Amino acid sequence: MMIPLIPGDPAVVAAGDGASADQIAQVRAELGLELPLWTQFLNYFSGILRLDLGNSFVSGESVSTLIFNRFPYTAAIAFLSIVLILLVSVPLGMIVAVLTRSGRNKWLDVGFNFLTSLFYSIPQYVIGTLLVVVFAITLGWFPAAGAESPLSLVLPTAALMIGPSCVISRIVRRETAVVLEKDFVRTARGWRLRAFRLHSRYVLPSLITTTLTLSGLILTAQLGGAVIIETVFAWPGLGQGVVNAILQRDYPVIRGIILILGLLATAIIILVDVILAIIDPRNLGGSEHAV
Amino acid sequence: MLSRSKRGGLWTPTMLIGLTLLGALILVAIFAPIFLGTAATQLTSNAGLGPSSEHWLGTDDYGRDLLARALVSARLTLLMTAGAAAISVIGGLAIGLAIWVSPKKLREMALRVLESAVAYPPLIFALVIAAILRPGVGSALIAIGISGIPGFARITANLAASVSHSDFVVTARLLGVPSARIAFRHMLPNMAEPLLILATTVFALSLVEISALSFIGLGVQSPQFDFGRLLNDSLDSLYTQPLMAVGPSVMIALSGLSVMLIGDALAAYADPRARNVKFRQPKATGPAVLPATDDGALVRVDDLRIGIPNGPDLVKGISFSINPGEVVALVGESGSGKSLTAMTVAGLAAQDLSTRAELLRVDNMNMLSHPDPSRLAKEISIIYQDPGTTFNPSLRMGVQLTEVLRTHLGMGRAKARRVIADAMGQVNISRPAARLDQHPHELSGGMRQRAMIASAMATGPKLIVADEPTTALDVTVQHEVLRQFRRIHKQERTAMLFISHDLGVVQELCDTILVMCQGEIVERLTKDELVRRDVKHPYTRALLEAIPILDLGAGAHKEVAVLGGVN
Repeated sequence: MMIPLIPGDPAVVAAGDGASADQIAQVRAELGLELPLWTQFLNYFSGILRLDLGNSFVSGESVSTLIFNRFPYTAAIAFLSIVLILLVSVPLGMIVAVLTRSGRNKWLDVGFNFLTSLFYSIPQYVIGTLLVVVFAITLGWFPAAGAESPLSLVLPTAALMIGPSCVISRIVRRETAVVLEKDFVRTARGWRLRAFRLHSRYVLPSLITTTLTLSGLILTAQLGGAVIIETVFAWPGLGQGVVNAILQRDYPVIRGIILILGLLATAIIILVDVILAIIDPRNLGGSEHAV
Repeated sequence: MLSRSKRGGLWTPTMLIGLTLLGALILVAIFAPIFLGTAATQLTSNAGLGPSSEHWLGTDDYGRDLLARALVSARLTLLMTAGAAAISVIGGLAIGLAIWVSPKKLREMALRVLESAVAYPPLIFALVIAAILRPGVGSALIAIGISGIPGFARITANLAASVSHSDFVVTARLLGVPSARIAFRHMLPNMAEPLLILATTVFALSLVEISALSFIGLGVQSPQFDFGRLLNDSLDSLYTQPLMAVGPSVMIALSGLSVMLIGDALAAYADPRARNVKFRQPKATGPAVLPATDDGALVRVDDLRIGIPNGPDLVKGISFSINPGEVVALVGESGSGKSLTAMTVAGLAAQDLSTRAELLRVDNMNMLSHPDPSRLAKEISIIYQDPGTTFNPSLRMGVQLTEVLRTHLGMGRAKARRVIADAMGQVNISRPAARLDQHPHELSGGMRQRAMIASAMATGPKLIVADEPTTALDVTVQHEVLRQFRRIHKQERTAMLFISHDLGVVQELCDTILVMCQGEIVERLTKDELVRRDVKHPYTRALLEAIPILDLGAGAHKEVAVLGGVN
């Protein structure tokens, strides 16, 4: 909402290079830029309700259409990477925790800490660039840029998931170590279950709550990561759109995309809460019998 | 607060590697622009060269040495990062402390605003700020700095809230010290350690994000260059000059890694849980099944020693046996080794302990080895101390209570539930079928413990190991649970190893009483001897004198009398 503060007159940009003063004034009137600020805000919000976010200064295209066309690309890599992060890091963290329980397998402990620190400290866009150099340019297995085939999804998703998988598997590992010392795990050990059943049935559910709570912010940060990573892979999503728009001072597009990204972040947080409520019934009332 | 001496050293390998890397980077940032400045910026005719002895990483399209550019860019990157991190930390501290100092209503509102600000991805926040300002060094620095403020402010506010409950802050407030003075003189020093760790994270994140802004073209603009700008330049010529990406990539990764390692080392230093524990893999000794013996005992323990590897023994060579149908009590204070002994007999000793014995068998299962899990589950049932924690809170009772029946006795879900419901009826649980669909927190403590007993009995065990099964319960509930143990003893004739610190409880139930003190059995009593108070060891006398009458007053007195009356 701070967009009107952007320096530079939007009307000058919208009228195009070399426009005369009259043309600029006309554009200003068309865009409603002469109205008081609060009227501009009011118009904008009523526009949102009608799914009308204005038109791009640069292409004249409706911002809603532009977002509608770009949204699926960003959503695809963001959500695919979130799902894969959880599928990789939860089992990985649990296995490492079980294998290093009470100080066993010291080498695994050290190796896991070192590798996760290393890969976590390499930012997603650097990993993305290196992936392009190795897998697209040198080996030629995947396309380096664009979104022409399903194979194009592989490198952006991989670049997005490596770092967060490292952090979250570390969180899972630490939480598992805590859960493994709980009384109810000892009870389940007393039932002499197979290792897989013991850990999937009695350890995993207690783990998911804290893990998801702690991971919520990391997962919303995936949106920020997606914005940057789209530049590496020329991925036609919202991130590329907003960066171009900022460079071209295309305010309606910037405003629209930032709004949508905010809604997406909220959607991820709500999704995490819903999953938490499904997994742990105590999160939804029913606590009157609690000890 | 943990004393310094108990902590691990600060100078761990992680810390040393991190500091060395960071030190090297700072040296590069200081000296590279002085010595390599020309090579990094002067246009030459050696454009687009591959790696050579003269240009290790080759040259770019304008003939500038790529290695020199990567090294020289360290100065601008580190300076911008330091600036941004300083904005985040100082801004976050100021807002966090201001929130704590402000009146309650305002504080709660501010905290809520912070929560939602933190949920918004910082990089997108930074994009908004970068969109308002014109791309450049200053705007990237300010954008990243400001976007880091909410996160740091929230943690400062949370830390301040927890520190503000400590005695010295409360005292200072009662003495009328002004809030601002309390914040700076009393609270800040006590939050320094976690905040320092967090500041290293903020620094690492700022570096990554500033480079990200430059990378997408919204940060540093040509002819200036930082890590991100160099990486951006390399994108256009990735196919012709893939090595261009290497320099900035390695620099970004190493800088991030060095600061992260320092943060990790500081966190490990501050967190006592991250202790190094020496571990020795326990060796399975002997066959899983032992040849039949003719001594008639169900459980036989000879010279059992349990200890910390390379440390002292906690159980120092004890021997006893349990006959079929016999109830043996292990009595002693906490720390006497009784629970350790019981769990070892049940085959559930902690993995980081070493267990040795001449003989340790239950029926013909060698508990020093790895007996068949199904036999263990069916023949040894275990009842634990605190029914509040022995069930998994997120699973329904039915799933947990029928686990052994389904896994090891091959029953279907419906049949297992019928069997358990019957067993629950036996221990006087009302509406057993409905209880199976409830979660543990929906049952009372006494009910949970009786449910545990029901599931323990459902498999028809040869031995029950009960580890202080009544300690965590109310006196009246204890009575009902003990009644169930006596019923099992009389009707089912199941052998039991019953752990307790309460001689009053034990005297009603057990045939043989073993008194443990500091890992040794100091006295063996029959039930009659105990009832007659015919004890010799002073420790047993002390335990007898400590029977709840003294501790709990009249109520407990009556309880002991009731128990005596039943027998």
